[in-house]
Amino acid sequence: MNINATLLGQTIMFVMFVWFCMKFVWPPITNAMGERAKRIADGLAAGERGKTELDLATKRSLEILHEAKQKAAEVIAQAESRAAQIVDEAKASAREEGERLLNGAKAEIEQEVFRAREALRDQVAALAVAGAEKILRHEVDAAKHAELLKSIQSEL
Amino acid sequence: MASETLTSSEYIRHHLQNLTFGHLPNGSWGAAQTADQAREMGFWALNLDTFFVSFILGALFLFIFRKAAKGATAGVPSGLQNFAEWVVEFIESSVRGSFSGKNDLIAPLALTIFFWIFLMNWMDLIPVDYLHVLANAAGLPFFKSVPTTDPNATFGMSIGVFLLVLYYSVKVKGVGGFIGELTLQPFGKFGLPFNLFLEGVNLISKPVSLALRLFGNMYAGEMIFILIALLPFWLQWTLSLPWAIFHILIVTLQAFIFMTLTIVYLDMAHQEHH
Repeated sequence: MNINATLLGQTIMFVMFVWFCMKFVWPPITNAMGERAKRIADGLAAGERGKTELDLATKRSLEILHEAKQKAAEVIAQAESRAAQIVDEAKASAREEGERLLNGAKAEIEQEVFRAREALRDQVAALAVAGAEKILRHEVDAAKHAELLKSIQSEL
Repeated sequence: MASETLTSSEYIRHHLQNLTFGHLPNGSWGAAQTADQAREMGFWALNLDTFFVSFILGALFLFIFRKAAKGATAGVPSGLQNFAEWVVEFIESSVRGSFSGKNDLIAPLALTIFFWIFLMNWMDLIPVDYLHVLANAAGLPFFKSVPTTDPNATFGMSIGVFLLVLYYSVKVKGVGGFIGELTLQPFGKFGLPFNLFLEGVNLISKPVSLALRLFGNMYAGEMIFILIALLPFWLQWTLSLPWAIFHILIVTLQAFIFMTLTIVYLDMAHQEHH
């Protein structure tokens, strides 16, 4: 318990310890802490920025969606009107085609009728001539009355 | 526990004697074998136990914190770094609370003071006989394991703090300013001798109170542990356990008080009042 040179030794030791702590211990720790604080602050700021960006993006995506919906509605409306138009056109062309076919058929029928009538006329003429021949067997010379027969034939 | 060959007072005295190395009466250098020899060595002797234990503890503190400092990253901190940062943050908030100026020395100084004293005080919680008996077995006549129960250690630190107070007083206020502060207040220049006496006492009381407060607390605590150790071994825990638990508080508190007062004194040294 005597005061002696230990006092000086302890003071020197104390100064050395403080010096070492100040030089090699304190700065690295506080620097790391400061840097981490900065990093965290940066991270928080980035997070905040990200959030506002997300909000903006959400808003924009909603707008785009809205626009797309509008466009889709427009396209559908256009398609519908176009479809109606096509149907109308098809109806018209079908009607036309039908009429054309009908007319063609009518003309053909008429022709057929005409042809049948001609054939019928020939047959009737032939029948008439044959009948007349049977009746007039003898008197009628085919060669002599060919002219007569021809005129009858054309009258039929 | 008291060994049978010793009386109680011898046991206590034996425990309170430092291992002093110095000039022996027979002319050679060596460790004092008795308290009288230690006293006769005068000033030029060294308390080896105080010196040795405080050095080991200080080095341990610096080693641990240096390790933490080396591995310190701004990323996710490891366990040791977490601990170091927790301590550093605690010290920093203490410094910020009491020290108004700006000085890069104060915080590391406070950290060193706090942790070193804390570790030295902590030696008090090692049962009083352990290191003592070990040292005696190793042939050392005395061994006092708690450096802060040696006034040399506490005064050594407080003198270091006192020198810093003087240095910063002169540095911040100038020699004239510092002398003026000592002589021209509180009663103006006509009360000069009285002022000098008052301020001188005020100044000197700083290191003295720092050192004696720590020494007194730890010495008393150690003394009570030694007294408890005189009881029969099966009874000791009834007193030593509560006292040890209470002592955990004192150990921390005294380290904290020493640190805080150092910060406050240095803050006063930095301030130009009046």
